[in-house]
Amino acid sequence: MNFKALFEPRTMAVVGISLTNDSHPANVIYYKNYLRYPVKTYGVNPRGGVHKEERIFARIGDIPEKIDLAVIAVRAEHVTGVIEECIAAGVGGAVVVSGGFAETGRRDLQDGLVARAREAHFPFIGPNCLGIFSQHVDTFFLPSERIVRPDPGKVAIVSQSGGILVDQMVKFTGQGVGLSCAVSIGNKALIREIDLLDYLVRDEKTGVIVFYIEGFGMGEGREFVLAASRCPKPIIVMKSGKTPGGSRAAVSHTAAIAGDYSVMSSILSQFGIVEAKDEFEMLAFSESLSCYPRATVNNIGIVTGSGGHGVVAVDSCLEAGFGVPKISAGAQEAMRRKLSPSIRPIAALGNPIDLTGSSTDDDFVLAATELSEMAEIDCLIVLLLPYLPEVTSDVGARLSQVYRKKGKPLVAYVPHVEKYRMLIEGFQLNNVPVSHSIEGAVLMAEAMRRRRPS
Amino acid sequence: MTGAGRDAARGEGENVNKEIIDIIERSRPRGWVLEPDAKRILAAAGVDVPRFAWAKTRGEAAELARGIGYPVVAKVVSPKALHKTDLGGVISGVRNADELEEAFARLSRIDGFEGVLIDETLSGVELIVGAKNDEQFGPVILLGIGGVGVELYKDTSIRMAPLEGRDVASMARSLKAHALLEGYRGAEPVNMELLTALLMKFSALVMDMAEAVESIDLNPVICSAKRCAAADARIVLSPRPRPRP
Repeated sequence: MNFKALFEPRTMAVVGISLTNDSHPANVIYYKNYLRYPVKTYGVNPRGGVHKEERIFARIGDIPEKIDLAVIAVRAEHVTGVIEECIAAGVGGAVVVSGGFAETGRRDLQDGLVARAREAHFPFIGPNCLGIFSQHVDTFFLPSERIVRPDPGKVAIVSQSGGILVDQMVKFTGQGVGLSCAVSIGNKALIREIDLLDYLVRDEKTGVIVFYIEGFGMGEGREFVLAASRCPKPIIVMKSGKTPGGSRAAVSHTAAIAGDYSVMSSILSQFGIVEAKDEFEMLAFSESLSCYPRATVNNIGIVTGSGGHGVVAVDSCLEAGFGVPKISAGAQEAMRRKLSPSIRPIAALGNPIDLTGSSTDDDFVLAATELSEMAEIDCLIVLLLPYLPEVTSDVGARLSQVYRKKGKPLVAYVPHVEKYRMLIEGFQLNNVPVSHSIEGAVLMAEAMRRRRPS
Repeated sequence: MTGAGRDAARGEGENVNKEIIDIIERSRPRGWVLEPDAKRILAAAGVDVPRFAWAKTRGEAAELARGIGYPVVAKVVSPKALHKTDLGGVISGVRNADELEEAFARLSRIDGFEGVLIDETLSGVELIVGAKNDEQFGPVILLGIGGVGVELYKDTSIRMAPLEGRDVASMARSLKAHALLEGYRGAEPVNMELLTALLMKFSALVMDMAEAVESIDLNPVICSAKRCAAADARIVLSPRPRPRP
């Protein structure tokens, strides 16, 4: 099945629009796309008519042009009929927003829908979902004035939960991480994670694929990890429901220990699928891997303007299992000779490299360059305190050039307040990840390591 | 009836699968496989097991133990004793015929008694090697620090089957107590080649039996520099055969 009509529709019909209630989900979807997206949008209601000076069509087949995407927001028992109309009218695919299927005990209704769609090779997302957000279309029934619209970017998010998805879209936007698309798959009756994986692997705009997964069907987990292990793009999975469920007493030690979550967590790492344990990891990993999809990280070099920050970073690195190798005396001496005269006698260059509160932009660039040239260092963490007197807001952009020249992954920590935006943007414009905490910066390095199969 | 330990798989060739299928069919009403049968399955699959024999009478026990060589481990065989240790059904360090007689008497008082399994005594690091047919991922393999404290320590590593050679090294490395395998405090290191061979053969067996099996514990698997063998085996069958993933 071809999903292009779902993600990049040129034309769209919203079925179930109300002529009297503009807060109906179908109306919200209709107006946000009609007013704000490039997709050409039509409304459908069996009674037809005119609403706000636009014609409402009684049937999807009455629309005078071919429809790529139908968004269906009618009562569950009418959905099959609408799907039939879509198939007859040659619609490219659908998002079924309506609930009232397997999640409320009507598996029969859902199975009927799947059987008909499969027979007609008609792709649909859902039911019981928010559907698709891309730069072309937004089927989420959330008012546009209250939802943040993520920037275009490389991360695709696929989620079983619509609520979690929207929350993450808000937080990704807050952190300045752009999205290529976001999909809420709801009951995933026809299109499952593995089908979207297959599409997103080939989607040129997507560089990192994130899945929020509650659970897989029988044998579906195996199929998913085998497909994911063949995917050249980094894949991040966050699994909810980690506590061991099930009251059935296990008859063997293996069954008792190998609960659903520990099995899934182990297998993700076996295949180099990056597991995010919580939303902080999910965001940090997404940002890091969209910048550095293929790096291998074992040993870290730390550059700081404050001794305390350096110690905290070393603690976090060691706890995460990274090495923080000591820089040789010779290399330290060579570096020291090039530093600003005022910090030469006071800087500590062992690793962490503490340039002290008197350091300048040039000192940071020099230290980062020297570390980047050392074979024993795989990744740099630079802890930047924008209030140091000699550090300017140009330092982010300048340090990014070190990465661009030397190719060694660099992760920055800068406290995220509005005042420091220009410094932060200096990194982000150059595709260098910036965390708002030291631990977050270490997580960004951790993402690169989890990307390697264990 | 005597199992020949690590040589058992030799020369059986095409009968291996049939023997395994027969045992599973015979065990299905009980829901799990008696230990002597489980060991025969392992031996047929090329997994090393200690020399063992199933004695129905005291006289038989004495004779078989002489053949195996003291000290031996005496364990109850009972369709009602899935967890033998909890019932006092495992007596190790049995040094001579008198002690064996005493052990036989104690074990024969356990509910459902059908005889005594006499095992060669092995020494080394106690590991657990397990398998489970997971609903989402199909067959998975577990390696961990074994013994009765398995569920307390939970020092284990899990991989999706079938294993590849490199998986075994990475599983061992990821155990918190991996130093135990590398020769802790002057002990000889565990022979990783033998451990790898055992896990690879076990993995192949688990893939073959996936439809019939719910979970397997080989606990302990006793590993030393010279040998790596499953000293106990519990095979729990699935209530309904499940389709292969």
